[in-house]
Amino acid sequence: MRFGIVTFPGSNCDYDAYRAVVDGLDEDAVYLWHKDHDLQGSDVVILPGGFSYGDYLRPGAIGRFSPIMQEVIAHAGRGGPVMGICNGFQIACEAGLLPGALLRNASLMFVCEPTRLRVENNDSMFTSEFSRGEILTIPIAHGDGRYTADADTLDRLEGEGQVILRYAGGPADADEWWSPNGAQRAIAGIVNDGGNVLGMMPHPERAIDQLLGSADGLGIFRSVLAQVGA
Amino acid sequence: MTPTPRPGDPAITPALVAEHGLTSDEFARLEAMLGRRPTFTELGIVSALWSEHCSYKHSRPLLRTLPTKAPYVLQGPGENAGVIAIGDGLAVAFKIESHNHPSAVEPYQGAATGVGGILRDVFTMGARPIALLNSLRFGSLDSARVRYLFAGVVKGIGDYGNCVGVPTIGGEVAFDPAYDGNPLVNAMCVGLLHEDELIRAVAQGVGNPIIAVGARTGRDGIHGASFASTDLSEESQARRPQVQVGDPFTEKLLLEASLELITSGAIVAIQDMGAAGLASSSAEMAARGDVGVSIDTTRVPTREPGMTPYEILLSESQERMLVVAKKGREDEVRRILERWDLTSSVIGDVIAEPVYRVTEGARVVAEFPGTRLVTDCPTYTPEARENEAIGRLRARDVATTPERAEESDPAWTLLRLLSSPTIAGKRWVYRQYDTSVRTNTVVGPGGDAAVIRIRGTDRALALTTDCNGRYVYLDPRVGTRAAVAEAARNVACTGARPMAITNNLNFGNPERPEVYYQLREAVRGLAEGCDALGTPVTGGNVSLYNENPSGAVYPTPVVGMVGLIDSLAHITRSTFRAAGDAIVLFGRPTAEMGASEYLATIHGIVAGAPPACDVAAERSLIDATLECIRDGQVSSAHDCSDGGLAVALAECCVMERGAQRGAVVDLGRWPDLPARAVLFGEAQGRMVLSGPNPALLLAIAKRHGVPAAAIGIVGEVGDALRITIQQTALVASLPALDDAYHETIPRIMSRSAEPVLTSGG
Repeated sequence: MRFGIVTFPGSNCDYDAYRAVVDGLDEDAVYLWHKDHDLQGSDVVILPGGFSYGDYLRPGAIGRFSPIMQEVIAHAGRGGPVMGICNGFQIACEAGLLPGALLRNASLMFVCEPTRLRVENNDSMFTSEFSRGEILTIPIAHGDGRYTADADTLDRLEGEGQVILRYAGGPADADEWWSPNGAQRAIAGIVNDGGNVLGMMPHPERAIDQLLGSADGLGIFRSVLAQVGA
Repeated sequence: MTPTPRPGDPAITPALVAEHGLTSDEFARLEAMLGRRPTFTELGIVSALWSEHCSYKHSRPLLRTLPTKAPYVLQGPGENAGVIAIGDGLAVAFKIESHNHPSAVEPYQGAATGVGGILRDVFTMGARPIALLNSLRFGSLDSARVRYLFAGVVKGIGDYGNCVGVPTIGGEVAFDPAYDGNPLVNAMCVGLLHEDELIRAVAQGVGNPIIAVGARTGRDGIHGASFASTDLSEESQARRPQVQVGDPFTEKLLLEASLELITSGAIVAIQDMGAAGLASSSAEMAARGDVGVSIDTTRVPTREPGMTPYEILLSESQERMLVVAKKGREDEVRRILERWDLTSSVIGDVIAEPVYRVTEGARVVAEFPGTRLVTDCPTYTPEARENEAIGRLRARDVATTPERAEESDPAWTLLRLLSSPTIAGKRWVYRQYDTSVRTNTVVGPGGDAAVIRIRGTDRALALTTDCNGRYVYLDPRVGTRAAVAEAARNVACTGARPMAITNNLNFGNPERPEVYYQLREAVRGLAEGCDALGTPVTGGNVSLYNENPSGAVYPTPVVGMVGLIDSLAHITRSTFRAAGDAIVLFGRPTAEMGASEYLATIHGIVAGAPPACDVAAERSLIDATLECIRDGQVSSAHDCSDGGLAVALAECCVMERGAQRGAVVDLGRWPDLPARAVLFGEAQGRMVLSGPNPALLLAIAKRHGVPAAAIGIVGEVGDALRITIQQTALVASLPALDDAYHETIPRIMSRSAEPVLTSGG
């Protein structure tokens, strides 16, 4: 199976996503240049983390106009899987592939640390390899990760099982709604109505090797492989 | 060709010369070199290139005495960065650099552009940056302005490195009133390259075009190098607009494009336009290649019309590079840059005539013979004389300092020390840094040294920056030796063999005999440490004039060290891992209390001689530690430094959050030493190890001639730390230790950090 990883100017997790697919999953990966119009036969498109266009104007606001995004949107429209990670999540929201927006962290600070995530729905293209309620350790690294949407949208996402990952446990390991960035309802990851577009702030591609602290992110990639690959 | 004055250029008067920071002797030297009066443009160029910041005129004779050679050193001092081979055809480029002066007046941009500069120094060697570190000094956090500087510097470092996508994985932060007016901001970058892709900033090949790449040149930062070569004063704040503004997004594009250019083989040399901008980068590349160059300032892309050659040459606008391309391959260079949306413009060429020439269209505005602009810079060996007051402080008998009443419970003292901002955990800082991007960080910040794996091999690098400025203040030679030793211990704790260092000498005004004395003695100590530990100096930076009207900073020679771990299986962490492990102390306590954190924090005393540093013993300690680690006998290893043994033990318990463990320790075997010296003295050459088999650790230590003792047992998760010493018991719960260690800085920083815009004092 082939993963296409878009390199926007300012992307800096494209390399990590590439290594995750090639080293962690042993699948084919290819970089997609933002100015091109060719997905090069990719089965899955990854919009990687980083600072596309320097986060100027607003994270993702300029990246979504990159030429390749027309093809990415068409791919998603055909039901093709798209994984928006961190800045990729922001771009996907700006491009209308996902509802809501990512605002500046409540602390107004960039935050990088391992987070604990609870799998809220394992009946999704990206979480099928996990069990429901499983706790994952996956790092975050962002300044704008406060997921925000209007109450109706949030209720709908919750009702349809589209909230697939939630920050679990805070300093006191108790508060359901605690989150490292102030995200509404502690939402860490969602999917679109079709279930084929993922947006998540934590970096699964940074959690594929126990040597670096966790291999829990591999399950996200394995889920896509199991659902789409075969 | 003799240059002609431009219409509108000011006349060259003694006042103008003085304004440019040149002494009358230096001006006479310049006139003799040219055989005529310089033009205004020439005066500007020379004032920048002969500034302390660019020329190292007060430190160069001293720096020549440093050891720089080892079989694996591929590039020593004098290039953008040093380079060492690490096997398998791979090499590591690394360098540290200061941005002290700009950060003192504009902390966010000052620190951010410091990171930008050091990144460019590394990727212009053909290396991909894989790690950033820093070494920071601030005044007391009791001051709102210091909190503003601290918060701004940390955010500046984070925002820049995070955006470029290079993990910031280590460093050190210390606080002392000595840095109230002059914070120190040193940034270190480490890059990885294939040996055969190493490129040097040496201009070569007559007819080869010189290309300006990246951001346009504006009027910002003009005379930044000269600014960094004077003391800070009440007027410094007015120079805030002189601090450049960084654009990490452009930097990221430059990074990718530069590495592509180097791989393409279409270029001969590449250099950052850093301090003193175009003037310095072009003159240095020409001097290294011993070639002539000609530059036309009308061809340099500028941000605004009407910029003079003087301004274009001296601008320090950020994110610009100078490239010497191979003749005929200009289009290839332009295509690569255009792919990354970067502008470029041919601005000159390498010429046969041995001159450094600048033209403005057809008019020659500056011309220096040969490479003398760079090579003829004067050097100085000023008078050196120790400040007698410091000598008296060192001689003071601090052992007799009466104890405070609260000290009857040593747990009180321990908690006080753990909550000294210098010792306390810096999670508040490094949580703002992306530590895991590029997915190679095995051990991030917060331990002894950071560890980065080398993908595709079984090896890893251990990286650290260290210096105890208080030691150096009280004894520059011993204190600097100790800085090298501490860096080596930190690296060795993780399982790495110390390989090489880069250094950043942060001192006051060298024209004052007491400061030059500190500089000279520190360089001696640095050479002694590096010689004994087998870590050559591959480069570095000198930052002088870190003074303001209330005085100079502590002399702070920061050591940035690279160590090599031969097998990923050897990677060792600082904190206790397993209940029942024996705790073994390598090295032994002494009665020394001078220059300690204990005296400074508990008694407000900065005095006494810093602990002796026997570098041969340090070498044995490191050899013994590495043997234990390679034998698979070590569960954890932690350097014993600031705050002494009790602090080191507490750190082994709580430094890493998650599965914190207590310990039971008996320090009764040194009955002749005062208890507080055993607990809080900072005797050098010590390490706290834990492992399942103490007899083996002790035997290995003995074979290396290292004194060692089994002093305790690691407890279960949640157990308290219990130390008995003589008739006293020190008992501290993990929550109490954790709170003191981890929550102190967040608590302080939740107080306001106002942008107080007066210069410090």
